[in-house]
Amino acid sequence: MTPAFVVRRIGFYTVICAITLFFAVPMLWIASAPFDASPGLGVRWPDWTLENFRKTLSHPYALHSMVNSLLICITTAVAVTAFAALASYALSRVRIPGRDALLYGLLLLSSVVTGTAAMVPIFVMMFQLGLIDSRFGVALVMTGGLLPAAIFILKDFVDAVPKSYEESARVFGASTLQILRDVVLPVARPGLATILVWAFVNSWGNFLVPFLLIRSIDKQPGAVLLQTFTDEGGSANLSVIPVFSLLFSIPVVVLYLLVNSRYGFRFHGGIKS
Amino acid sequence: MAGIDIEGLATVYPNGVRAVDGLDLTVADGEFFALLGPSGCGKTTLLRTIAGLESATEGTVRIDSADVTRLEPGKRGVAMVFQDYALFPHMTVSENITYPLKVRRVAPSTRAEVAERTSGELSLHGLLERRPGQLSGGQQQRVALARAIASEGKVLLLDEPLSNLDARLRLEARTFLKKLQKDLGITTVFVTHDQAEALALADRIAVMQDGKLRQLGSPREVFARPSNTFVANFIGSTPMNLVPGVVSASSIDGRPVDGGSNGSAVGAVSLAGGSLPAATASAPAGAEVTVGIRPEYLTLSTRDVSGPSLRGSVVVAENLGTMSLVSVDCDGTLIGVTVPEEDEPAPGTPVVLTASAQRVLLYDKESGELLARQPAVVG
Repeated sequence: MTPAFVVRRIGFYTVICAITLFFAVPMLWIASAPFDASPGLGVRWPDWTLENFRKTLSHPYALHSMVNSLLICITTAVAVTAFAALASYALSRVRIPGRDALLYGLLLLSSVVTGTAAMVPIFVMMFQLGLIDSRFGVALVMTGGLLPAAIFILKDFVDAVPKSYEESARVFGASTLQILRDVVLPVARPGLATILVWAFVNSWGNFLVPFLLIRSIDKQPGAVLLQTFTDEGGSANLSVIPVFSLLFSIPVVVLYLLVNSRYGFRFHGGIKS
Repeated sequence: MAGIDIEGLATVYPNGVRAVDGLDLTVADGEFFALLGPSGCGKTTLLRTIAGLESATEGTVRIDSADVTRLEPGKRGVAMVFQDYALFPHMTVSENITYPLKVRRVAPSTRAEVAERTSGELSLHGLLERRPGQLSGGQQQRVALARAIASEGKVLLLDEPLSNLDARLRLEARTFLKKLQKDLGITTVFVTHDQAEALALADRIAVMQDGKLRQLGSPREVFARPSNTFVANFIGSTPMNLVPGVVSASSIDGRPVDGGSNGSAVGAVSLAGGSLPAATASAPAGAEVTVGIRPEYLTLSTRDVSGPSLRGSVVVAENLGTMSLVSVDCDGTLIGVTVPEEDEPAPGTPVVLTASAQRVLLYDKESGELLARQPAVVG
């Protein structure tokens, strides 16, 4: 070990530490601020109290918005997974000209659908459909936005199911739906789990779509409600926000841990394992 | 039980490749039938067309006298084992074996019985609750066979059944497969690129090239009397000697050569600076031919012999276990001959090669087809 090597190593780890710290500070804040008697925007050792939790739970809309979030996101995640499964199976097995171009085109456009650029037409469309101020409408728009990427990712998993499995089932007389249910979907289960979690997490954190499409405060999901936590003076309510943030992050973490322990995360995103 | 009749069958892929090209074939009831050929010859496509996984462009496929050409795979009464076995990884062995019955909505109690019985037949005791990933290659193959048998198809189709096993296991599995087929008496068609496998297993072999049938016959016929130079080249673990030659007169050295066993004219053919006896009834003297003779049918001698023979010197000897493959340089042409290991000559030794007339095959120089009406070889 030459001195130059030691210096390089020290430099390397210093940089790593700085980067780690940069990302760790917000996490530490979420972990400490909810339990602090006088929470601020900085990270510090808290004066332990559960008073903030009492305040948050007594907030008229806090828990309700969580239920809304769950409602919207479960609908979105299930719809995305179901439709993506059918679509990716079809796209994986049926030979149509320009299939890959179609997939890439969809992927490109999907970022537009839930992106800012398309918000006005989407608003108009939802208005004409009578789906303004509807949680179902929000789930629908988010499903549409996530579906192309979901199909793209899931198609890789379905492609990886050997064709001989299906052919074998076909020779034994299984119908297309039986093949999908008994063979393809079970084998592609890690992919389905990945898409389920991915769709859930993406819609859980989505602010723009529900912000635009939902009027009533009692229908708003957590991601939107969070920005209304201000005190009378209009500044951020720091006794509610940290607790709400902590509660808001729990479902995502739980879902991730659950799926990871059952299937192990196999997220390739366009890359063959 | 059922036979398979194939008439004028052609399978053309969308890109215009005629993978199977006007094939006529009949597989008898209970027969163990091999489709043999190099890769890309259409043998797997033919098997898949019989199964219904590829649709026939022309011609008909009949199973048990019923026309199944346009039927779905599941309605043809065929069972198939794929090269990779296609065992469902998320199902246990027992679920895999009984999946064909589950598709047909057979009661679970019956399914359990079938799993028990079939696994017994294929010595899979105690493995029923395992998953395919926990089995050895040989066990996986037996599970795939068990599943095919449980589906009670009239015809069993096997795609390269032994190619996924390692060399030692392959021999074991081969014996097992042959015995199983004989015990079940089920009409079986299998695809292989390995001529030794086809010779060892099959009752009859169809040798294919470019989607066409090149020869159909018992392993003995295909080995001893290949009907063209393609088959001659393809069959046999040591390649057949195929050497250009000219039919000489029907007598040698002014006296008639000993007659063939069934009285057909026996003459001689000159090749590689010497000559060999051959049945020349169908080839006039002076005709240019390709002479085919298997290394196993040549006799090597270090002493001079009377009658037609080839003379040369040993170049190399390759050890084949109990036999050696000796390459002899005869006037610039290398001729292979197998000798027992104890008779292996040293390189450079001058030797004389002889053969019996019925083992020397004459092929048309242009078409490569066997010149007919040579005496048939008896086993």
